[in-house]
Amino acid sequence: MTHDALVAIDHVTFGYDRRVILSDVSMVFPRGKVIAIMGGSGCGKTTLLRLIGGVLTPQQGTITFDGAPVDPRDRESLYALRRRLGMLFQFGALFTDLTVYDNVAFPLREHTGLPEPMVRDLVLMKLNAVGLRGAAQLKPADLSGGMARRVALARAIALDPDLIMYDEPFAGLDPISLGVAANLIRRLNDATGATSLVVSHDVNECFLISDYVYVISGGRIVGRGTPAEVQSSDDPEVLQFIRGEPDGPVRFHYPAPGYADDLGLRA
Amino acid sequence: MTASDALPALGRRALDLLQRLGHSAFFFLDLLRNAPAALRRFYLVIAQVHAIGNYSLVIIAASGLAVGFVLALQGYYTLSRYGAAESLGLLVALSLVRELGPVVTGLLFAGRAGTSLTAEIGLMKAGEQLAAMEMMAVDPKSRVLAPRFVAGAISMPLLAAIFSAVGILGGYVVGVLMIGIDPGAFWSQMQSGVDVWDDVGNGIIKSVVFGVACTFIALYQGYEAEATPEGVSQATTRTVVISSLAVLGLDFVLTALMFSTPR
Amino acid sequence: MGRKGIETLVGVFVLLGLIAVVFLALKAANLASFSTGPTYAITARFDNIGGLKVRAPVKSAGVTVGRVTGIALDPQSYQGRVTMELDAGVKFPADTSAKILTSGLLGDQYIGLEPGGSDKSLEAGSQIRMTQSAVVLENLIGQFLYNRAAEGGDKK
Repeated sequence: MTHDALVAIDHVTFGYDRRVILSDVSMVFPRGKVIAIMGGSGCGKTTLLRLIGGVLTPQQGTITFDGAPVDPRDRESLYALRRRLGMLFQFGALFTDLTVYDNVAFPLREHTGLPEPMVRDLVLMKLNAVGLRGAAQLKPADLSGGMARRVALARAIALDPDLIMYDEPFAGLDPISLGVAANLIRRLNDATGATSLVVSHDVNECFLISDYVYVISGGRIVGRGTPAEVQSSDDPEVLQFIRGEPDGPVRFHYPAPGYADDLGLRA
Repeated sequence: MTASDALPALGRRALDLLQRLGHSAFFFLDLLRNAPAALRRFYLVIAQVHAIGNYSLVIIAASGLAVGFVLALQGYYTLSRYGAAESLGLLVALSLVRELGPVVTGLLFAGRAGTSLTAEIGLMKAGEQLAAMEMMAVDPKSRVLAPRFVAGAISMPLLAAIFSAVGILGGYVVGVLMIGIDPGAFWSQMQSGVDVWDDVGNGIIKSVVFGVACTFIALYQGYEAEATPEGVSQATTRTVVISSLAVLGLDFVLTALMFSTPR
Repeated sequence: MGRKGIETLVGVFVLLGLIAVVFLALKAANLASFSTGPTYAITARFDNIGGLKVRAPVKSAGVTVGRVTGIALDPQSYQGRVTMELDAGVKFPADTSAKILTSGLLGDQYIGLEPGGSDKSLEAGSQIRMTQSAVVLENLIGQFLYNRAAEGGDKK
């Protein structure tokens, strides 16, 4: 079963000092699928991406990429792994001193010895895939949020990665850009045969485009399965998240002393 | 805070300081380690020399001129009391080449180039550009930091030399053209009194050391800045303060080593 | 701004910097006075070298003809042995004398050579026989006071 999985997370625990962010989490990401990782803010979704990318080291457990363990201390193998993955950061993280063209060309120029004419063709192809070929000479400051993210996506797929990770790709987008983004994620995944990990809390879009869904809350996996399976789950945490209920297992009120006492009233 | 809290707090701050000092030492070694790679991609260094050096030219030249003017004026008033006004050229040249050139340029460099480096790196960090680079398997220390480090080390001595040269010319303008000292005496006293290796050479060594120190401090503060507006602002303040103190402190050490009385 | 443009501007900056360095070295300092021609070494022994330093000039008739290259204590005679390099183009008679003089009233000390009349010239490795030590201020003062005391004694 594991040879089918591009990434496997095995009993991983991670935290800072006393704060545990992920506790004993095990997940499997099969090849060629779009997998959504959903959960409330601060539940550990972005931490998961950083663990896979080797930016953080788990206190316990192992993470495997294509059969080989991810070891942040081994620079060579870590960088070899990273050349096979593309990451889309939440706000694009484009290099502000370079043009759109140079941003997308960056991984090509750094990692391949391709001559400039070939680089040019590849860059224009990637930009065309995200619909921004005409914006090649603009600078990131001239782009809207949605456009910046699309350029970042073009840059992330420049080397045709095996794994594409999306950190909150839908956050703050207008309905049109939302549709564009969801559409791109699905089509790119199918066209290139890559595996896509989408970290998001946008329930509707994720259900629309994913093949498999994980729901995380409080550092643990509370729901897993196909979108249909998760929607018919009866776990209260999953239900609160999917339905967007203000109060449930995740409390509305931040812990505080009694209300009457705070106002100085006597019961 | 009670007395029994103050002492452990002080101890913790001291340990914290030591830890940050050690961390910065490793950072410095990283910069040195990546410097040869930066030299091989020389266009990156050139782009940074442009950003650091060219954009500092105006302030350095203007300051050099102003300092030269003032040195000549003040020097003249003092020297003429001892009938030694002919030595004005020597006074201006030695002051600039040995001390004022490297030190004032260092302070101006810390303020102008240092803060812009810190802010740039800090904002790149805040915008996740450095993290994105890491994720693309490109080491930001090699691609972004090392070229700036090399560029700073190259630019400083050039800027200091320009400062001193412009200052001497400024001294000439005030001393000879305005006050009326004999130009022959101005230049000949200078030429017989300023030694190429001991004075000019040591001045250049000083400015290289200051350049390395200021650039390293600026890059470190930017790299370690908190990814918020306040964080970047605090980091730029720290750059100026620490760089200035470092320049003055290193100046004392280097002067003691270089210009101590000979055997 | 294109790549070419930036590189040109940086080139201008570096050029200005180098011009400044060269200016400082040549016009402000004494690089031009360094002789780069061949030299020959001679020695001289002094009772007291005073404040003479290595790299001090060696002058004759006020013109610099060489540099002091070494100062050491001669263990046999307890005199200071000074080694100096002279320009190969200038030959001095074998009975030239050397004095340690001060430039100005309180300036640096240098060696002054006064040529003698001998037909033979100083060769590399030869030693100047006649030397006059540096004037030591304390001795001068002591001498002055002694003379005054002697005068006073005579008058009584």
